[in-house]
Amino acid sequence: MSSTPVALRAPVRKVELTVDGETVKVPEGSTILDACRREGHEIPTLCFGPTITPKNACRVCMVEVEGARVLVPSCSRTVEPGMVVHTASDRVKHSRRMVLELLGSSVDLSTTANVERWNHEYRADPGRFGRPSFSDAGVRDAAQAGHHHLPPAGDHAIAETVHQPATVDNDLYVRDYAKCILCYQCVDACGEQWQNTFAIGVAGRGFDARISTEFALGLPDSACVYCGNCIAVCPTGALMPSIEFDMRLAGTWDASRQTATDTICPYCGVGCNLTLHVQDNTIVKVTSPADHDITSGNLCIKGRFGFGHVQPRPAP
Amino acid sequence: MDLHFHDARATPVEQAAVDALLGPPVTGWAGGERNATDRHGSTGGADRARAQRPHLLPALHAVNDRVGWISPGALNYVCQRLSVPPAEAYGVMTFYALFSPTPRPPRVVHVCTDLACLAAGASAIERELTDTIGPAGAPTADGTATWHRSPCLGVCERAPAALVIEAGSAPRAATVCPASPETVAAAVRGEPPAPEVRSIAAIPQAVRGDRDSLVLLRRVGVVDPASLDDYRSHGGYEALRRAIALGATGVIREVTDSRLLGRGGAAFPAGRKWEAVARNPVRPHWLVCNADESEPGTFKDRVLLEGDPFAVIEAMTIAGYATGCHTGYIYLRGEYPRARQRLEGAVAEARQRGFLGDDVMGMGFRFDVELFRGAGAYICGEETAIFNSIEGLRGEPRNKPPFPVDEGLFGQPTLVNNVETLVNVLPIVLGGGPAYATIGTDGSTGTKLFCLSGRVASPGVYEVPFGITLRELLDMAGGVADGGVLRAVLLGGAAGGFVTPDGLDVPLTFEGARAAATTLGSGVVLVLDDTVDLVEFVLRIAEFFRDESCGQCVPCRVGTVRQEEALRRLANLGADAGRRGGDDIAILADVAQVMRDASICGLGHTAANAVESAIERLGVFS
Repeated sequence: MSSTPVALRAPVRKVELTVDGETVKVPEGSTILDACRREGHEIPTLCFGPTITPKNACRVCMVEVEGARVLVPSCSRTVEPGMVVHTASDRVKHSRRMVLELLGSSVDLSTTANVERWNHEYRADPGRFGRPSFSDAGVRDAAQAGHHHLPPAGDHAIAETVHQPATVDNDLYVRDYAKCILCYQCVDACGEQWQNTFAIGVAGRGFDARISTEFALGLPDSACVYCGNCIAVCPTGALMPSIEFDMRLAGTWDASRQTATDTICPYCGVGCNLTLHVQDNTIVKVTSPADHDITSGNLCIKGRFGFGHVQPRPAP
Repeated sequence: MDLHFHDARATPVEQAAVDALLGPPVTGWAGGERNATDRHGSTGGADRARAQRPHLLPALHAVNDRVGWISPGALNYVCQRLSVPPAEAYGVMTFYALFSPTPRPPRVVHVCTDLACLAAGASAIERELTDTIGPAGAPTADGTATWHRSPCLGVCERAPAALVIEAGSAPRAATVCPASPETVAAAVRGEPPAPEVRSIAAIPQAVRGDRDSLVLLRRVGVVDPASLDDYRSHGGYEALRRAIALGATGVIREVTDSRLLGRGGAAFPAGRKWEAVARNPVRPHWLVCNADESEPGTFKDRVLLEGDPFAVIEAMTIAGYATGCHTGYIYLRGEYPRARQRLEGAVAEARQRGFLGDDVMGMGFRFDVELFRGAGAYICGEETAIFNSIEGLRGEPRNKPPFPVDEGLFGQPTLVNNVETLVNVLPIVLGGGPAYATIGTDGSTGTKLFCLSGRVASPGVYEVPFGITLRELLDMAGGVADGGVLRAVLLGGAAGGFVTPDGLDVPLTFEGARAAATTLGSGVVLVLDDTVDLVEFVLRIAEFFRDESCGQCVPCRVGTVRQEEALRRLANLGADAGRRGGDDIAILADVAQVMRDASICGLGHTAANAVESAIERLGVFS
């Protein structure tokens, strides 16, 4: 008896396009970013995360597509047959340099991956706009849309920033909005893309736009369920578990001395994968792999924060 | 939805204001009293929540109109009624300049400090208020009023202007113009401002008796804007009859043949939009009339809406008929009290008389109009931000593609046109597209409304065929006011560019403006003479964009701030700017390019236009 192979799903059509002069074939529905990464072109991304629908807000991944009047965000534009894409034209490089400078001059990017390397590569100089400003706690939360404010004391050497004290209002995680690039990923993860809790949203307008609960309430008064799925998607370290935040502050956080061990969460029957980050024989952080088909990087409060019971007890 | 609410409760007054809009709550799930059946079922879930969401902005207006600000308790109640997460609703409410999340006096006087008012001496009013009341936002001694600086209020022909909004059981809003330190101080005290002049006063051509040249404005000032009968006796609803005789495809053919280009600023061929929506098999289709006229120096749509509101409704009905829409939204900016009152009256009368509703004019098709009030956000005039605003989301522009004709309002095919564009459809349908196309030039057909303001002898809306030169238009308006010396003309608004006195022969057409590296934009012609401080003027433009950026994308959110900072440093250098301002000039050029190349929407793309042209053409810092 001869057997015929059975096609399990309709074959995906391939689309042919040109990236930096080379012909590329990628499956229909891919984004330009997918196509570029397949071909080994590095495209910087900041607000793009693998588990959230791209908001394309940061505009660092822009590429030039022939025939388009403006640059296009590679993370969300799907490929079309015959598209001619340039990933390193002068316009593209200028745009990347400026996005890095504008963000770097207004946000603390010290815990954002790759930024230092990209600044060097694109010759970005975030310091050229002036001395960074610093706001007291709550000042940015009170800014009202459309009301213009002048630089503090008419000091024209100051470049306005989002720098402000970190918000510590619970034991589990810290919101350090001086590091927030407003990528919207935490809002989408908290909202209808993952958790459906809707504890946070984007409030305010323009440069005063910020992530906030209603009336900037503290997290314990908000709808937050402390799943920490916002932390999982935060690309800049603006959202950070308290343990990591405190260790970084104390200078004891050392990623090079940490191991990552995958295991399965013991709490319920779902079987979420956990990755235990261990430093000096102590669990310092728990995450879940973003590509895991059950969690997609998400956990609940128990999986993410409930590991105290397996830690070595302090000596009596 | 299983939502979490903190403890704040709405006052009975706030609750009543929301209930007056939404009706009384029916279950404990939606903010009412718990009843026996509540425990055994829900009242809808996600579908109900989605369907209710467009009530969010009207509900916030209801509270703000009644109390003057939106308290945590009131927001909670609105959210319970509409199943909206409070954090999201807070994000929506803090997006709009007319809402306040903190207590404030019921009477707020918004003093326009924007371009036309700046040229007309608004600074004197600001100084007076600061001296007598205190800085913007400070309450008066009796606590009944406060004042704020405002972006353009769209009454530039009577600049300077102010807008009084008073919350209460009978909320009121009125424009004070032309404003003086005395009249604004009286408005702050609560004295009702003098009644506004009639709409015709905004049309110098009509005042002079030169009505023959008017097409779009021909009824303004002649017809009673409150009377459908008067509208009909002046040729109203003849176009709709003709449209129905032509059939939907016939109407679209006429619009296409007319080569009408959109008048909102982007100059997109209207016929192509109409055809794309009409052909789209996905249903339902939506129509949006963009009346969020907020470009500084623009007031043409206001004159149409106030003076001939039935024409806008008739034109929308034709558009709905031709493209298969049963509902058309008029998105009216929140700062137009008289236009709102006139439109509300006109929509109600048209509905009552069968010109809107299930069987329009007995012709067998259904079309109705919803008036939707904005709340102080220039960005909501962007064609996709307007959808988000109506849907009860933050008024942030969407990425394109997909375009509105495919996925617009509520994700459905949507026709969105500016007021002036729509009103052009009436003469097109009546006289035929090819006849319309003989007016103007090959590339720009028809007539155009230009908003002349600033230091010009007779400010107002002028209707002229495309193709006359800027010089001819200025001559029509009597040239520079008080015999002053022309310094520059801002063409196209804050998103446009400056024309110098030696460039006045530019033909006023889309192609002519493009060739002169400027834009007609929304038809702003703001005249500046040597009494205007150009540096201050350019700074005000930069402030405007910084205040009005939605904050979504980095180039515009941060770029508009860096642009303003650099301009302030240059202004600070004074006469030294040319010699020592090189770094800041370079910053301006770099920021301009990234905003133009990499912003999401037109606001960012154009936020540096006027600044760049002031530096390059007017040499403000050289």
